Parts: sequence; structure tokens; C-alpha cells
Amino acid sequence: MNYFPDEVLEHVFDFVASHRDRNAVSLVCRLWHRVERLSRQRVFVGNCYALSPQILIARFPGLKSLTLKGKPHFADFNLVPHDWGGYVQPWIEALSNSRIGLEELRLKRMVVSDESLELLSRSFANFKSLVLVSCEGFTTVGLAAIAANCRFLRELDLQENEIDDHSGHWLSCFPDSCTSLISLNFACLKGEINLAALERLVARSPNLRSLRLNRAVPLETLQNILMRAPQLVDLGTGSYVHDPDSETYNKLKHTILKCKSIRNLSGFLEVAPRCLPAIYPICLNLTSLNLSYAAGIHGSELVKLIRHCAKLQRLWILDCIGDKGLEVVASTCKELQELRVFPSDPFGVGHAAVTENGLVAISVGCPKLHSLLYFCQQMTNAALIAVAKNCPNFIRFRLCILDPTKPDPVTMQPLDNGFGAIVQSCKRLRRLSLSGLLTDWVFLYIGMYAEQLEMLSVAFAGDSDKGMLYVLNGCKKLRKLEIRDSPFGNKALLTDVGKYETMRSLWMSSCEVTLGGCKTLAKEMPRLNVEIINEHDQMEIGSDEQRVEKMYLYRTLVGPRKDAPEFVWTL
Amino acid sequence: MERSVNYGVTDDLILEATELRLGLPGSDGHEKQSSATACHVMRNNKRASPQGISEEPRFKICISNESDVASNGDPDCEPPAKAQVVGWPPIRSYRRNSFQQMKSTDQDDADAGMYVKVSMDGAPYLRKVDLKFYRSYPDLLNALENMFKFAVGEYSEREGYNGSDFAPTYEDKDGDWMLVGDVPWDMFVSSCKRLRIMRGSEARGLGCL
Repeated sequence: MNYFPDEVLEHVFDFVASHRDRNAVSLVCRLWHRVERLSRQRVFVGNCYALSPQILIARFPGLKSLTLKGKPHFADFNLVPHDWGGYVQPWIEALSNSRIGLEELRLKRMVVSDESLELLSRSFANFKSLVLVSCEGFTTVGLAAIAANCRFLRELDLQENEIDDHSGHWLSCFPDSCTSLISLNFACLKGEINLAALERLVARSPNLRSLRLNRAVPLETLQNILMRAPQLVDLGTGSYVHDPDSETYNKLKHTILKCKSIRNLSGFLEVAPRCLPAIYPICLNLTSLNLSYAAGIHGSELVKLIRHCAKLQRLWILDCIGDKGLEVVASTCKELQELRVFPSDPFGVGHAAVTENGLVAISVGCPKLHSLLYFCQQMTNAALIAVAKNCPNFIRFRLCILDPTKPDPVTMQPLDNGFGAIVQSCKRLRRLSLSGLLTDWVFLYIGMYAEQLEMLSVAFAGDSDKGMLYVLNGCKKLRKLEIRDSPFGNKALLTDVGKYETMRSLWMSSCEVTLGGCKTLAKEMPRLNVEIINEHDQMEIGSDEQRVEKMYLYRTLVGPRKDAPEFVWTL
Repeated sequence: MERSVNYGVTDDLILEATELRLGLPGSDGHEKQSSATACHVMRNNKRASPQGISEEPRFKICISNESDVASNGDPDCEPPAKAQVVGWPPIRSYRRNSFQQMKSTDQDDADAGMYVKVSMDGAPYLRKVDLKFYRSYPDLLNALENMFKFAVGEYSEREGYNGSDFAPTYEDKDGDWMLVGDVPWDMFVSSCKRLRIMRGSEARGLGCL
């Protein structure tokens, strides 16, 4: 089909932004494939081991922005050993040896070394944006390299990384000529910061829109910063502690009134609740509020604050808000779309402060809710059914009952019906995490109703292989399945081996799958990497009947990876 | 636990989600299945490792019979002692570590009395427990009983642990071996360096002093 010159096709493709759509475009015919790949600038790689840097570079020579994800999701919860893999170094090396003019790199759950950051900072003259989420392996030395060498840096966004803090002087490494910063987030850094350097940096960054500070930045500095940057849209405070009768606090109150653009607020890593009234004026315009690290704000102050936030669309809080507090949220935040309630006392044998009542109240008051992450003490079928009815628009529904196999405390029944109602009612559901007492029935319902489901997380659920099979057979769009501590075995694993090539990955730990089952799978499906993670050096002794502790399989174009550590065995 | 909460739904919807009766074979068995499951719910995840030692149950949940629940009307039965489940609740390590930091900023002795070794006479290997995880002696003793499969008997100030071959002891900061249970819980947590479950005549000897 050659009706148009390539430039026209390319121009049309410019309007096709999403990765999936562009992937679809590239499958139409060879011409479209060529035009698409030569014009593609943003590439998303959901599993860094699914392909090699060389393949990427060969296919997309115009690459400017790369997103890479490394470790499996359960690595976030310490289920994956430390040195499993996910190194970014080979990617940066390959890219720097090529002619690719990388401008943006976004990494999630990857191991990033200082050497990698240094190489990155020196290799791409136009590098603009570095976003690291849940990564590890680097220190402030690497950050200093980025600051010093990336002359046109616009964005440095560090989210929940484990960073070794060697000194706060990396901030001083931004040269005086660097005035291009738009977004700076170093909230996860644990160490001291050169405050004067920070203030100077803010003063020479007129385009700064987003700034998230760490705990080491005191209220005085916040005051000074806000004076210089009243144009901020996204603010994360550091330490928000002061004497409310002081001059500094008074100044802050006035300065904040000038910050009319703030729409996202977070931080409060340390907080003196009596200083909170200063921020009430900005609460009116907030669309996003993240107080999930603000352990110092207790229930009643939290509620007082939230009463001011009528336009909130996204709220992340701790469960010390309580069911009553959630009722206030429900009556105040009518525009709420995303809610995350984190446990403030995750290991307490005591009681989490929210139950099914809070969730139901939210569902009644906030019909636009589409994303939920909810850690709670307990849940009932009745509540889930009500929530399903009130909020049919869920895209992401993640429930975590702190006691993972707790039944409905009122009826002592499993929560199958409740989750069944959710999947039946929420036809657009893409992500689901289950918890509570669950039998094979819930999987039957998921397989039947969850037609758009892409990611499912299962823990301590199900009775037999049938459960897993219902899901594998029914959920046509399933991409990621992660299962722990559930009685699914070889039959479930092997009944439809072709399915796994349609998915990104499958994780199974503490299930009933045996070594023999995994070997069979690996043999039949050469384009999957079937990794057995074995921390107890049992590989030599392995008999095929032996249960596999942790298995992670994923489709790949490049066969077994060469950087696997000793305890990972690719079959 | 209030049962009178009004969700704004009718009774039809609350019970049995009839929409979800898919008419599959054995659908009535759902009721039976669930009450059966309430009892079968203890999933031990015991499996034989090559060494032939069965692994510890990963977690325990409260098994309450339906009758118990009905009688005291309190379905919120507290599990006797929960062993910590790896990776649960599912929160990111970064957040998890922040919590521990947040909790311990006020506690100077956050490092004292956390993970201590526990040995049991005759057992092939030691275990470790996090003393901060427990709130009281019964909490801790229950966990130890489950961990090592023994019973500790009745504690009394006069006679120590009566009625069993076992006595829980601990080494304190001075290096002395003390009977568990004599001092207030917090004092115990801050002074305990390791635990040892003595058995046999040695144990009984302690009680006779």
C-alpha cells in the first residue's frame, strides 16, 4: 500500500502516541513497520531481559526516550534475592557506543551503579531527563556526575530508591550555568544536603515546576525556596517542623499565599502538626496529596487538613486516618479518582485502623474512583459487593488484608463473592490484587468476567490447579501473573504452555510446581526463559519431584541471560 | 464488630450474590466448601527439603470454629502468635524501612533486643526471633512453642514453669541465665541477649530453687 510518501505516513504516525498503538501500527505491513521504527522516539521495554540493547538500537535508531524495567514486581517485597539481576550497565554501554542521542531514561527496579550514572552523564550531550523508581546500587557520587555533566538537565526524579548517601555535596555539582531544571525530586535521600547550594539552584531555575525535598531540608529553607519559586506546581516538603509562634513560620504563611500554582503536595517526612494551618490555603487547589510518609500527622489533624481539599483527585495516606476519616474524604473529595491507604503499623499484632466500612464510605461518596490500593484489617463480601455497585469504573483494584487469609469476619465465608462482584461490575478492570480467604471460585469468576485484566497478583489463595487454569483460560489479555503461597502445581502450569508467550511474565513462589514440571515447560517453549531461583544451593541435589521454591518465567528474544547469578538456574 | 452498618444496599445483594450463581455443578457446595475451608485454612506449606527436615509453617491463622464465633459474637479472634510472613504485607522495601526508621526515632534503644537467637536443647539448629514483634510473654511463649513443638507449662513466680519438661530461659546483659517471665516485659526485651529452652532435669532444677 503505497499511496503516500513516507513523510506523510510519518506525520500521521506522530499522532499515534501510545506504545501499544505504535506497536500495532508496525505490524500492518513492511512499509509501515519501517516508517514507524525510524520515526519512533519513545520506547518502553517492560522486561529488560526480553531483548538485548543491540536489538533495540538496530530497530529504533531515532530513540530519544527509553523506559526499562528490571526485576519482577515481587522483588519490591523482598521475595527476589539481592543479586538476581536487572543491571542497566550493558544498556548504557551499548547506547553510548551507538549513535543514539538519548535524552530520557526511566528505570524501574533496576540495579544502577555509579559507573553507569557516570557513563550516562558523559555519553549523551542532549540528555535531559533521568527518572529512577525503586532502583538500587548507586550513591550520591553517581548523582554528582549527573549534576555536573548533563548540561541541559531538566529532570532528576528519584522515587523510593535505596541510595547510599556519601555526602550532600552532589547538589553543588550543578554548574552555575545550569538553569534548565524543571523537576527535581530527591525526597528519598537520607543524608544531609547543602542547603545553600539548594537555594542557589532554585534561584537560577526559572522553569522549576516540581521540587521534592528530603528530610534534611528544614522549614526555614522551605520558606526561602518558596520565596524564589512561587511558580511551583508540585511541592514535596522535607522536614516541616517549627515553632508556630516564630517569625519564620509567620513568613512561611505569607509566602505560601503567593504559591497559587501548587497542585501536588507531598512530603511532611517530619511534621509539627501545629504548623499545618499554613498550608490550608493551598489545599483548596490541590489535585494530588501524598501524606503516606507523614507519620507525624495523626487522625484528627489529617481530617482537618482534608476538609480543605475539595478538588482532590489523588490521595495517598496512612491508615491512621481511620474509617471515620475516610468518611470525611468521601464527603469532601468528590473528584477523587485514585486512593491509596498504606498501613502505618504493618507488623503490629494490633489493629490496622481501617476496615471495610471506610472503603464502602469512599465508594458511596466518590463515584469517579478508578484506582485503589487499600491495606486494611478486614473485608466483607457485603462491602465488596457494595463497592462494586457504587464504583463500576475501577481500572486498578488492589486490596491487601493484613492477615492474608482472613475470611469475611461477619459470615466467616471466603471473599470469593465479593471479588467476583468486583470483576463482574468493573468491566474495565486491568489490574487486580487479591487477599483474604479465597477458594477456586474467585478464580472462576475472574476467568469469566475479567476480560480486560492485564495483571493479577495472588497470595495464599485457591484450592487446586483449577483455580490457576480458570485464569489462564479466561483472561485473554493477561500479561503479568504473580502468585505466591498457593496450591497450584504442574497441571496448572503445563496445560496451556503457549499462553506464556502471550504474556510478559509469570512468577510462582511457594506453590506446588516441581522441578520436573519446570523442565518440561522449558523444553517445550524455547522462547521462554524459565528461571529457578534457589537460595539454598539445592540445585545439585534436585530431583524432578522436588518442589521449586521460586520460579520466574518470561518470554524473550535472546535466550538465557548471561548475567544470571549462581542461585538462578535457567532451564 | 457492628453488624448494623448500612451500606445502602438491599439484603438481596448482601447475601449470596445471586448474580454470581453460575449454575455450575456443585454450586450449592459453595456453602459447604466455605465452612470446610474455615477449618482447613491452616496452610502449612510444609515441604520436605532434601535434608529431610520439614520447613517451618510460614504463617498461622486463627482457626475459630463457627460455634466459638457464634457464642461470643466476636469474630475478631486474635491469632495466638503470628510468625512473620516474608514479604507480607506487600509494601516496598523502601517504605518498609522508612517505617522502621519512623518508629525508632524516639527509641534510643531501637537496636537492643531485636533479633535474638533461640536454642532448644536437643534441636539440630538454632532459630532467631524478633523480640520487638511480640507484645507480651504469652505472645512470645506461644510463638516459641509453635516453633519448636513443645509446651511450656504454667508459669508461677514461686515455681517457675510447672507441668512440663521445658523451661524458657534467657541470657541477660550481665551474662546470667534467667528464667523468662520474672521481670516486666519491656525490661525483658531490653535486657535479653539470647534465649535457650532448657529441657529435662536441668529445667526442672531451675523450678525447684
